[in-house]
Amino acid sequence: MAKEAYDVNKMPKKNPLSLQIDLQKFEKATDEEKHQAEVMSESTSFFRDGMRKLRRNPLAMFSIVVLILIILMITIVPIVVPYSYSDIITVNGKRDKSATNMAPFTYSKLEQQYIDEGGKVFPHIMGTDELGRDYFVRVAYGTRISLLVGVFASAIVLIIGVLYGSIAGYFGGKVDLIMMRIVDVIYSLPDLLMIILLSVVLNEVLKFNGNGILARLGTNMISLFIVFGLLYWVGMARLVRGQILTIKQNEYVLAAKVSGAKSSRIIRRHILPNCISVIIISAALQIPSAIFTESFLSFISLGVKAPMPSLGSLASAARSGITTYTYKLVFPALMIGLITLAFNLLGDGLRDAFDPKLRR
Amino acid sequence: MNMNYKPNPENLVEVNDLKMYFPIKTGLFSTTPLKAVDGVTFAIKPGETLGLVGESGCGKTTVGRALIRLYKPTDGDVFFDGKRVDDKSILGLRKDMQMVFQDPYSSLNPRMTVEDIIGEPLDVHHLYTSKADRREQILHLMELVGLNAEHATRYAHEFSGGQRQRIGIARALATNPRFIVCDEAVSALDVSIQAQVINMFEDLQKKLGVAYLFIAHDLLVVHHISKRIAVMYLGKMVETADADELNSNPMHPYTTSLLSAVPYPDPKIAKSSKRIILEGDVPSPLHMPSGCPFRTRCKYATEQCAQEMPKLTDRGNGHMVACWNK
Repeated sequence: MAKEAYDVNKMPKKNPLSLQIDLQKFEKATDEEKHQAEVMSESTSFFRDGMRKLRRNPLAMFSIVVLILIILMITIVPIVVPYSYSDIITVNGKRDKSATNMAPFTYSKLEQQYIDEGGKVFPHIMGTDELGRDYFVRVAYGTRISLLVGVFASAIVLIIGVLYGSIAGYFGGKVDLIMMRIVDVIYSLPDLLMIILLSVVLNEVLKFNGNGILARLGTNMISLFIVFGLLYWVGMARLVRGQILTIKQNEYVLAAKVSGAKSSRIIRRHILPNCISVIIISAALQIPSAIFTESFLSFISLGVKAPMPSLGSLASAARSGITTYTYKLVFPALMIGLITLAFNLLGDGLRDAFDPKLRR
Repeated sequence: MNMNYKPNPENLVEVNDLKMYFPIKTGLFSTTPLKAVDGVTFAIKPGETLGLVGESGCGKTTVGRALIRLYKPTDGDVFFDGKRVDDKSILGLRKDMQMVFQDPYSSLNPRMTVEDIIGEPLDVHHLYTSKADRREQILHLMELVGLNAEHATRYAHEFSGGQRQRIGIARALATNPRFIVCDEAVSALDVSIQAQVINMFEDLQKKLGVAYLFIAHDLLVVHHISKRIAVMYLGKMVETADADELNSNPMHPYTTSLLSAVPYPDPKIAKSSKRIILEGDVPSPLHMPSGCPFRTRCKYATEQCAQEMPKLTDRGNGHMVACWNK
C-alpha cells in the first residue's frame, strides 16, 4: 500500500515498445486553465427551464391562447350583450313572442319593425332558443358555469388529495397502510350512483333561498361538488403518496433530518417542491375531466338547475330539435370540445415541460 | 441498553454493543430480524479519524446512520461527549454531529440553490443575526471547501460530482460540528477528485479539529486518512487497529484477504504479491452462520468457530481481533 505521491520524473523509464502513455509528455494544468474548465452555462432555475420548454411547444401555447380567449369571452360577453341568460327578448319594452328558434344573425318581425323605425337592436350572434332567449349569452353563461365547475372540482380534488396523500406518504408504515385501504374502498364506489343518490337526498335536505350563486346552481351541482370532494380525490392522493414515497428516499431528505429540520420544514422545503410539477400537471388534466362529467350529468338532466344554463344542459335541450336547429347543438358541443381539448393539450405540454422523468 | 455503562471522558464518540435489526416480512404475519449491525463497539477521540471498512452490505452505512440516529438502534449505547444519545438528547446534538452522504447527486435538493442548501442548517438552528451575516457565513464555508463565491446562486445540477460533494461537505460544516460521519463520501468520485476531496477532509481536520467516522470500502483511501481502522464483516467488527499496524500486521483472515486485494500501482510488486481469493459468497444476513460469521469462507475454521462467536480481544497496542485461531 503506497502512501507517497507519484512523481512523474521518478517513474521507471518506459519501454519504447510499450503502448502505455508516456506521462513525461504531459504538463500540469495551470490554475487559469483549471478555472476555464469550470466555466458553466447560464444558471437556470427549474421553473424557468420548464417555462422555456413550454413556450417552445406550439400546441400548448395555442391551447393557452384559446383558453385566454374563452375566459375573455365569458367575462366580456355578459357585460356587452344587452340580453340576460334567463329573460325572453323584449323589443322596446314589449315581450317579443315571435323571437323563438331564430337562426344566427336574423331578426324577428317585431325587431325588424323597430329597426325600420330607426331603433337599434343588438344582433343575435347565435340566434335564439325555443323560449326566445339570446343563445349567445346562454352559451357564454354555460361556458362560465362549466369552467367554474371544472376549476372548483379540481381545486377540491387538489386540496384533499395532496393533504391526504402527503400525510400517508410521509409517515408511511401503519398510517399509510390504513389510509390507503380507505382509498381502495372509496375507489370501488360507483361515482355516478353516488351523484344521483346524493342529489336526491340533498334536494330534500338543502333548501337554498334567495339569489346566491349556490341557489342558482341548484342542489345537483352541490352534490356534484360533494361527490368530487368525497370520491374523485383518491387518484390524486395515490399519485401524491407515490411521489412522496420516492422523494422521501433521497439523501437530501436525510441530510435535512441530520441538520435537525422538523417534519413540517422537510415537507415544505424538500418534498413538496419536488413533486409540485406532477401535482399541477395532474390538476390541469383534472379540469377537463370535471367539465366532461358536469356536461354528461347535465345531459342526463342531473346538472345545473334551470334557467341557469351549462354547456351540457344546452346540448341536451338542443337534442330535441336536432334536425331543424342543428346550430343549437353545434355551439355548446364546440365549446365543450374546445375547452377539454385545450386543457388536455395544455396538461400534456406542462407534463412534457415539467415532469422530471421526461427531462433530458 | 446498558444503563450502567460509563463512557470514557476522553472519547468524543463512544459506541458500545450497537445493534440494528430491521424486521423483514417472511410470511403474512411473521417477521425475521435482519441483523444489519450486530454488536459493534468503537470509540473516537476529538479531532481523530476512525476508518470503517468492509464489503458492500456489511452494515457500515447502517452503523453511521444509527450512530447519528437516522435509524433508531435496536440495542446498544451511543455516547457523544459523555452524554447518552437518545431521541431527546439528539435534538440538542444535531448541531455537533453532521453527515456527508455517499451519492453527491441525490444528496442535494435539485430545487434549491447552493446558497440555500448550505444555509439550511444555519436556518434550522438560527445561527445568524441578519441576512448579510447568513450570506457571509455561507460564502466563508464555500471558500473553505474550495467553491467559487459566484456559484452561490446556482442549482446543484449545474455542478460536477466533485463540486457537489464539496457542497455537501460545506453543508455538513455549516453548524461548526465536532464530529462528521463521512458515509462513503468519496466512493462516487473518480480517483483524482477523490484525492482532492480527501486532502480537503484532512485540511479541515487540521483547521477545525473535527473528528470523522470515515466509512469506505477502499482500504487505500481509509489508510491515508485514518488514525485507526475498524474492519467489519456481516454486521460484526472483526478487527480494529492503528492504521499502520493494521496495514503491516493484519491478523484476522478476512483483513488479510482484503489487504491482498488492494490494487498496487507498481506492476512488479503487484505480480509478486499473492492475492488471497475468498471462496464462496457472503452469507445472507437473514441466515447467519452460527458462531463466527466468517467461518464459512475461512480456511482456518475449526469446530470452535461454528459454536461460538469470538470476542474482540486486545493483542497488544490496541490491536483488537475477533478470531479464535489468530
